[in-house]
Amino acid sequence: MNDIPMHDPSSARSEILARIRSANRGIFGADREPTPEESWRTIPRTYRRSGSLADSGRVQLLTERLIDYGAGVYQCQSVDVAAKVADILRSRRKQKLLVSSDVDPNWLPQDGTKFVYDNAFSYSDIEACDGVLTGCTVAIATTGTLALCHTSNGSRRALTLLPDYHLCIVGASTIVETVPEGFSALEAHRLQPITLISGPSATADIEMTRIQGVHGPRVLDCVIAV
Amino acid sequence: MPTLPTHDFKDSRSPDFPTAALPLLQDTQLRNNVRHATGVIQGKRARVVGEMPDWQALREAGQRMRAHSLEYLDFYLEQFEERCTAAGGHVHWARDAAEANRIVVQLAQNSTGRVIKIKSMTTEETGLNRALEAVGISPVETDLAELIVQLGHDKPSHIVVPALHKNRQQVRELFSRTMNLPDLGERPEDLAEAARVHLRRQFLSTPVAISGANFLIAETGGVCIVESEGNGRMCLTLPRTLISVAGIDKIIPRFQDLEVMLQVLPRSATGERMNPYNSVWTGVHPGDGPEEFHIVLLDNRRTEVLRDPEARETLHCIRCGACQNACPVYRQTGGHAYGSVYAGPIGAILTPQLAMMERGQSLPYASSLCGACYEVCPVKINIPEILIHLRGRVVTGRSKTLRALHPEAIIMRVMQWIFSSSLRFSVAQRVGRIAQRPWIRRSGWIEKLPSVLAGWTRTRDLRPLPQQSFREWFHARHRESTSTSSRSEARHE
Repeated sequence: MNDIPMHDPSSARSEILARIRSANRGIFGADREPTPEESWRTIPRTYRRSGSLADSGRVQLLTERLIDYGAGVYQCQSVDVAAKVADILRSRRKQKLLVSSDVDPNWLPQDGTKFVYDNAFSYSDIEACDGVLTGCTVAIATTGTLALCHTSNGSRRALTLLPDYHLCIVGASTIVETVPEGFSALEAHRLQPITLISGPSATADIEMTRIQGVHGPRVLDCVIAV
Repeated sequence: MPTLPTHDFKDSRSPDFPTAALPLLQDTQLRNNVRHATGVIQGKRARVVGEMPDWQALREAGQRMRAHSLEYLDFYLEQFEERCTAAGGHVHWARDAAEANRIVVQLAQNSTGRVIKIKSMTTEETGLNRALEAVGISPVETDLAELIVQLGHDKPSHIVVPALHKNRQQVRELFSRTMNLPDLGERPEDLAEAARVHLRRQFLSTPVAISGANFLIAETGGVCIVESEGNGRMCLTLPRTLISVAGIDKIIPRFQDLEVMLQVLPRSATGERMNPYNSVWTGVHPGDGPEEFHIVLLDNRRTEVLRDPEARETLHCIRCGACQNACPVYRQTGGHAYGSVYAGPIGAILTPQLAMMERGQSLPYASSLCGACYEVCPVKINIPEILIHLRGRVVTGRSKTLRALHPEAIIMRVMQWIFSSSLRFSVAQRVGRIAQRPWIRRSGWIEKLPSVLAGWTRTRDLRPLPQQSFREWFHARHRESTSTSSRSEARHE
């Protein structure tokens, strides 16, 4: 408390920026030639920026990687998604599911399972559902990652967080092979909240034993519609 | 406002590394746990890194990206501030730990006497929890390992797995006592379930959450947090107010740059291709998540590190902890010996610099310079070189008198004097041979040297000077051969 007698936010800002500038001036000199933009472009990007797998290979790889991290994976034709969803929910004994707004109504089976779209539900309402059904903006095969881009009208983050079960429908056309391809597909959504999900929540904090399901949904199922 | 206790690198007094390490080396339980955990992560890391044909290209890109971000740090921080503010966030700047804590405490004051927290090395660095407690706000750690550390009034010992020094029996005992669960099992599943139930209520009822940040995205004003358990998502989504504290070094230029960082970080940190959850958000998103978002940009002497051309690379660190798992010293002692929130090789270079070389001077020596840390570093920080550079700074940082009177310096001057004359050298050898006698044990080794030399033999035994030196042997042999050859010449004649 001694060195800063009063909390003066503006001076903290200018002082830190001044220190940074003086440190960098000492190293790079007064006039740095390239602009940040030009310099950023010189970062070498010789890593793999696009994949080489065909469609079926990407589906295969995504399936393997999702299973490896404990997700359940099912494949079906696009027209059979509703039937597949019905099967899975029956075997999981789920009767009431929240539905995210990015879910195609055609994916919902008409078998008596209760599906509800978000309607400004309270957190306890959300928690009381058996699970949540969502789509997926991009799926990255190499890492087994499902990227959800959230919107406040119908696919907010809490929906996929509080219920204990998450069923995600992945259209084969949204699957990319590499992480860089995934991020270019997400670029258009970069100002939205984004959640990347790779397997159900997990911890290895106790003796490095991987335990599935800590605070997020403990079970993650994924239907890949080819 | 009352004066808050802060954890200032300069003010804390802790024993030097060898002293702190000694009792830890005798704790077999701790050493087993540390060895097991670091071994498991290393194995997993090696496997998933081996899957990547372009790993070296990613490291190279990572290194250049971090260097670039620091070179234009002022530009990117201002850009971040502008974009984050435009998205409805509030940006605060803190010169040091005390200032950061003051800002957070002020913001958290209207919380209901409690805040929930995501594991954050940065708030460990500032000692935020103590500052909150001082004004009657109890911080609840929600990461499983941090919860274990907090309930046990313990200290984190690893960047990524802070409670790796505790095994399941110890955790069970702790949870069953503090959560009042006498029948709790000791399977890791049981323990995680106990934490889930214990924390769910807190997530839903606490209005303020505090987090760190893995990356600040200048281009968008967004923040990225990398986690596994979902406690992070809970804290980022459910409370009304979110306060994130981030070092100014956490900046990356663009959203697209996550394509590198989110490849190298998970594989290096936990040995996963991708960690279970990554969250990115930008300011506030009406109708989704907190209504209020604050970010505190913390300097706390990072700008001092930036000044040193040979050591500023330290700030490239993305806190993966791979260097700790790979370090033969860390694997023996665990994290606590480093006396800092940042342990292992990265701690050995970061801590003394953040303390402006006024503390932690023993840390640059806590390394065999084997280079394993450099090899696994996802952003190619040349830790061994920085360690040597900092050793130099430790020595030159001593006052002239102290430097002249330092036992090591005196010994070196005497050695120089002896070694620069063959006569002095051979006399010294002969004297040494006699003087060493009382110290030679029955084993034939010197196990303990007297006074200032004792440091050398504290961890190793020493061979005594041999009864005949090489020179003596060589001369004797020469004399012998000349006498034999003169004898044979005599015979020929």
